[in-house]
Amino acid sequence: MYDFAYHKPSSVADAVKLLAADPDARAISGGMTLLPALKLRLNKPTAVVDLSGIAELRGVKREGGTIVVGALTKHYEVATSAEIKAAIPALAWMASTIGDTQVRNRGTMGGSVANNDPSADYPAALLALGATIQTDKRKIGADDFFQGMFATALDTGEIVTAIHIPVPEKAGYAKMKNPASRYSMAGVFVARGPAGVRVGVNGAGANGAFRATAMEAALAANWSPDAVASIKMDPAMMNGDIHGSAEYRAHLVTVMAKRAVANAG
Amino acid sequence: MNVVAPFEGIGASVRRKEDLRFLSGRGQYTDDINRPGQTHAFILRSPHAHAEIRSIDVTAAKAMPGVLAVFTGADMAGIGGLPCGWQIHNKDGSPMAEPKHPVLAEGKVRHVGDPVAVVVAETKAQARDAGEAIVVDYNPLPAAATMDQALKAGAPQVHEGAPGNLCYDWHIGDKAALDAAFAKAHKVVSFETTNNRLVPNAMEPRAAIGEFDPQSGDYTLYTTSQNPHVIRLLMGAFVLNIPEAKLRVVAPDVGGGFGSKIYHYAEEAIVTWASARVKRPIKWTAERTESFMSDAHGRDHVSRAELALDADGKILGLKVHTLANMGAYLSTFAPCVPTYLYATLLAGVYTTPVIYAEVKAVFTNTVPVDAYRGAGRPEATYLLERLMDVAAAEIGMDRVEFRRKNFIPVDAFPYQTPVALQYDSGNYFATLDAALQAADWKGFEARRAAAKAKGKLRGIGISTYLEACGIAPSAVVGSLGARAGLYEVGTIRVHPTGSVTVLTGTHSHGQGHETTLAQLVADRLGVPLANIDIVHGDTAKVPFGMGTYGSRSLAVGGSAMFKAMDKIIAKGKRIAAHLMEASVEDVEFDRGTFRVAGTDKTKSLTDISLAAYVPHNYPIEEIEPGLEETAFYDPKNFTYPGGCHIAEVEIDPDTGKVSMVNFTAVDDVGRVINPMIVEGQVQGGVAQGIGQALLESAIYDAQGQLISGSMMDYTMPRADDLAPVSVATHTTLCTHNPLGVKGCGEVGAIGSPPAVINAVVDALKDYGVRHIEMPATPAKIWNIVNGGRKMAAE
Ligand SMILES: Cc1cc2nc3c(=O)[nH]c(=O)nc-3n(C[C@H](O)[C@H](O)[C@H](O)COP(=O)(O)OP(=O)(O)OC[C@H]3O[C@@H](n4cnc5c(N)ncnc54)[C@H](O)[C@@H]3O)c2cc1C
Repeated sequence: MYDFAYHKPSSVADAVKLLAADPDARAISGGMTLLPALKLRLNKPTAVVDLSGIAELRGVKREGGTIVVGALTKHYEVATSAEIKAAIPALAWMASTIGDTQVRNRGTMGGSVANNDPSADYPAALLALGATIQTDKRKIGADDFFQGMFATALDTGEIVTAIHIPVPEKAGYAKMKNPASRYSMAGVFVARGPAGVRVGVNGAGANGAFRATAMEAALAANWSPDAVASIKMDPAMMNGDIHGSAEYRAHLVTVMAKRAVANAG
Repeated sequence: MNVVAPFEGIGASVRRKEDLRFLSGRGQYTDDINRPGQTHAFILRSPHAHAEIRSIDVTAAKAMPGVLAVFTGADMAGIGGLPCGWQIHNKDGSPMAEPKHPVLAEGKVRHVGDPVAVVVAETKAQARDAGEAIVVDYNPLPAAATMDQALKAGAPQVHEGAPGNLCYDWHIGDKAALDAAFAKAHKVVSFETTNNRLVPNAMEPRAAIGEFDPQSGDYTLYTTSQNPHVIRLLMGAFVLNIPEAKLRVVAPDVGGGFGSKIYHYAEEAIVTWASARVKRPIKWTAERTESFMSDAHGRDHVSRAELALDADGKILGLKVHTLANMGAYLSTFAPCVPTYLYATLLAGVYTTPVIYAEVKAVFTNTVPVDAYRGAGRPEATYLLERLMDVAAAEIGMDRVEFRRKNFIPVDAFPYQTPVALQYDSGNYFATLDAALQAADWKGFEARRAAAKAKGKLRGIGISTYLEACGIAPSAVVGSLGARAGLYEVGTIRVHPTGSVTVLTGTHSHGQGHETTLAQLVADRLGVPLANIDIVHGDTAKVPFGMGTYGSRSLAVGGSAMFKAMDKIIAKGKRIAAHLMEASVEDVEFDRGTFRVAGTDKTKSLTDISLAAYVPHNYPIEEIEPGLEETAFYDPKNFTYPGGCHIAEVEIDPDTGKVSMVNFTAVDDVGRVINPMIVEGQVQGGVAQGIGQALLESAIYDAQGQLISGSMMDYTMPRADDLAPVSVATHTTLCTHNPLGVKGCGEVGAIGSPPAVINAVVDALKDYGVRHIEMPATPAKIWNIVNGGRKMAAE
């Protein structure tokens, strides 16, 4: 780890000010992604702005047909939140499958969303649920927010403050884990709700999380595992590595889609 | 009053004495040790698999804050290379190619991770900062990253002194006899396979502290070693030229080794040497990324085997050709692994009358490869036990019957194999039958059908294996090329009031020796376990020793202790005879009590030890005071544990994922001292075997970069990857050591991989699969299930 300045603001306004003053400063939430990168000296921020002291970023609440998740909400809290378990059990279950106990007790939804790791779980769910990402200055729909591998609509210094998720009628998730990292190798989140029928895919795409529109159309016509069983992904759009070829991942997306629909009931 | 003490001797599942320390975070590992005035080393490593070093500029690094010194290969030029402990000879009798292994690179780097320079600074971070300021001008060269690449005509040469990248071309067995056997064969079955390369990944990364005392001129090295005396010998005599009396090597608590901590590594020599230059202690601790690129890897064989059979399915002969990857340099024991620890095991548990094996060892631009849990024996077992299944299928014989038909009969021991070894004891029928029973082999087809109804493919696999432990005797291994003896040393120190300190030359790095070895003393001398202390891992305390590997600690180290106890008892009898006014011949000893035969005259061990240390009434003219004895024990033969492993798996055809559903091990490890510890050792070994079979693989790309260079890509087994492992033992005693023990440290890792792959192939039998290479990952299996695709069965 290289030396850096450390700040712990207690309001979003102060955090934004600190980040605006120094383009090489980085926000930190749970640190489960940033800290390993710092330790490996892959990152050299001049300052780290610790968001964990900002009370307004915490908490899960239901506002009518929407679940509002504060950016600092930990995976463990998502997995155990009574509101989320009642409204979107598939999301709570997803959170319970992220990493390990230690990671779930530090990693946050805001951090995961801002990082947009192609193998992370949440982006697929937020795409499928038609969520809106709230930042310190605007609201961005999930479709516009997630822009490929590790790329988001966030400007430099912009902070995710909350995630607004419309409550679906049905939702389900299934994933195949990478045998080594245990991140998603192909995960599919299906939802039917206010935003229509939507399918988000993580882990498999060559360019990060994406929506499987052919599957959405098929499920809109017939909400059943069989509806997606014959829909093949194009391997050219998939990622291949030592753990599996693009063809394998394309196949897994179909398998996971079937299972996700079955899990959604 | 008669106090009935709980039985703590041989056969008792006593809880491990060391675990309270380990589980409560109070172990003292090398990195826990901090010496006054300690500094920190950072080792700059090569990012290239193969490159010429044009120049190294350390000026900026030397000027960085906190930096005490920066050294490169040029500074260490007068120092010896890291020695190799085993010399193999080629078919023509000439010695193997043995290129120098410099401590710090000299003019060339030969693998990613090869040490190039060392920075010594006040803090670890300062050392690392300065390391980044070192400017190395590399001229990258084409790499020989795989054995395939290395053996091609015109391949990049890893070493000048090893033409064609060949380290040696060795063979064993009678080729003419083999050809004759093949000429008579009814059928010849051939089989090719790769034994995947593994990264050991002990939980504790390697670490070393070098400390030089300018007053006395003494050096101390604290290091994560399985054999501190061997390190003292290798580093002192061959690298740094420090006499034994001036060099103390301490291997304190060590968090797992699996072989990777046997070898003498560059970092040990660097911190020891440099501590005398900076006149301060220097600590180095590997980061996990460094472990991946600097700990010796394991396995990495490519083999072709041919099995000749008669019309009844009796094996007539076995021919094996193997390529073994040595990596860029010869690690300490690397050359013996694919030869005397491998080809000599190719008879397995079968009566194969002739065997001929050729082994070529190959240099590549990769991390050195050396012994890893099992060392050579897992490679032999995997090849043979896969071949047995393939052959049974090809001749249409039941795989269990085929094995039984070829087993060495129970009454054939001692049994001489055609590849040098003489097995002293075993009963392969008994372990097979017990395992078949425990695994409910008969009921399997019903379980397969039930799985099929759920859309799953279920398979069962078996391996009947044998291994050789406690490598010895010294004279024999010397004639085979070992540059060390393989005896062991034990000292029994009975203190005045009867408590006992044992000094052993073996080393415990998780195996539980502090308990098992103490049980030997409790059982024989009748001393409560709580009053027995096992001391190991310090050359200043223990007279000598060869350390722990090859499941030798109990068979060799325990036997040395047994011999030392013989001497204690003999001396004790003489003292007792004096005290009880009897003749020595009439004194008997049993678990702590000396008795005049046929009388109720007794003396306790404590009476004797007190008399020995307070010799008021004592035969001082004939016997020296004190009660301490040392024995060196050189075994007459290897020991031969063996047994039967059965794996049951279920495959999800949609994803290709293999789930272990059951694992049964019935092992003959000789006499069992502590059944709980044996069970733990077998379970751990099986976990590693399942890891090799299904998960682990060190993968280099064509440029020699290790792609699976971290836990993100290298799949270590986790608890949920494993099955419940049921462990049982069936004992035949070792006939040549006084304890009758054989060893249990490696059996799990040796017997299990072929059992697992045999089960996977069995599960896929409807897909026409003949073989699947390790690790059987979901992607590989899906390729097969998906059919038609050319990657099937690779
Ligand atoms: C061993 C391990 C296993 C894991 N397995 C999984 C898994 O299976 N699935 C999965 O999805 N994830 C996994 N993760 C990642 C984990 O979920 C991380 O917690 C998550 O990706 C990032 O959240 P964080 O709060 O830790 O972010 P941090 O590490 O603090 O930050 C990550 C990035 O986001 C930025 N950032 C943080 N908060 C904000 C904010 N509010 N606004 C704007 N930018 C912000 C930071 O500057 C940084 O660039 C794993 C991590 C580890 C260490």
